[in-house]
Amino acid sequence: MATEKHGGEQHSPLEQFEIKELVPIEIAGNNISFSNSALMMVITITLILMLMILGTRKRAMIPGRWQALAELCYEFVANLIRDTVGNEGRKYFPFIFALFMFILIGNMLGMVPYSFTFTSHIAVTFAMAMVVFTGVTILGFAKHGIRFFTFFVPPGVPIWMWPLMIPIEIISYLSRPVSLAMRLFANMLAGHTLLKVFAGFVPALGAAGILPLAFVGALTGLELLIAFLQAYVFAILTCLYIDDALHLH
Amino acid sequence: MPQLEQIHTYLGQIFWLFVTFGLLYIVLWKAALPRVSTILQERQERIDEDLRKAEEFKQEADDAIAAYEKLVAEARSQAQTVIRETNVALAADAAARQDALTVRIKADVAEAEARIDKARTEALANIQTVAVEVAQAATIRLIGKDIPTDNAEAAVAAAMRERG
Repeated sequence: MATEKHGGEQHSPLEQFEIKELVPIEIAGNNISFSNSALMMVITITLILMLMILGTRKRAMIPGRWQALAELCYEFVANLIRDTVGNEGRKYFPFIFALFMFILIGNMLGMVPYSFTFTSHIAVTFAMAMVVFTGVTILGFAKHGIRFFTFFVPPGVPIWMWPLMIPIEIISYLSRPVSLAMRLFANMLAGHTLLKVFAGFVPALGAAGILPLAFVGALTGLELLIAFLQAYVFAILTCLYIDDALHLH
Repeated sequence: MPQLEQIHTYLGQIFWLFVTFGLLYIVLWKAALPRVSTILQERQERIDEDLRKAEEFKQEADDAIAAYEKLVAEARSQAQTVIRETNVALAADAAARQDALTVRIKADVAEAEARIDKARTEALANIQTVAVEVAQAATIRLIGKDIPTDNAEAAVAAAMRERG
């Protein structure tokens, strides 16, 4: 890691992930400075709220462009929840919608040159994953009480297998937030690093730099797809976890 | 890697994540999503209402068409009846005239035949008189002898009987 950073290159591909404190804030000895990451979060929620509130301002019976986009997002997430959780999932719709849009717009804004991708930081993705994990676990216990533990006993498994299966189930349950956080973080990190590395080849290769340039162009398209896909995966996995907590298998 | 090296920024990142995401969640939950939901619901209701109305109008149109077709069928059957009755009446009239005409023609034919018979009888009578005169004239020329009218008449009548 350190060798990469000081490896002689003027711009490390990882430099883009650096947190820069814009407004230093410290409360009771805790550093909660307003950074470039926080700025992107503020821009993200501003864009989402502008779309959802200003876009639907006219409440038109026949939607205009922005209202159609807002309705498209709404129905996309609504269908996602209906397909995975069913009608009981309506209660969790605002949360899933906020989560999906926050990650989607965060990822997309990260594709803008010289911007910052807050979802490429493990601290942020892990915090989100832990919120989902804790919320779903509380939901499971609130719904089923002590019976929630039966979730760790796979149905149809003979009793002598239980000592083996129950620890596996518990470990797989506890690894959910880790996989959820790592998936988003690693995808964003790898994609952006790759883009930066190949972009670095363009000036280095001179006239042949057209090749890495073309590759960067194609890769940008792929990254846009991944930006959407990861937001979708995060949202759909959260739905599936909620479904598990509600229905226990 | 800054993600793992800048540990002192973790708290700030998470703090601002919770602040921004919390704000986003609350505004979406309380204001934005209910509004979109209302818009979609109102549109759905409007569409359902319009479909229901369209169904009603279609029903009305179907009823009107059925009434119209019934009317046309009635008119047609009435027209058929009138045509049939008229045909019957015309046929009867024609037959009556035909009969009257036939009677008149027969009467005319009978009258004409009677006239023809009379004419022929007269003609035959005339022929006898002329024949008698011709016979007398011929006798004078041939033998220079005048025969009495009675004898000539008897001879002509005998000759005519002979020839039929």
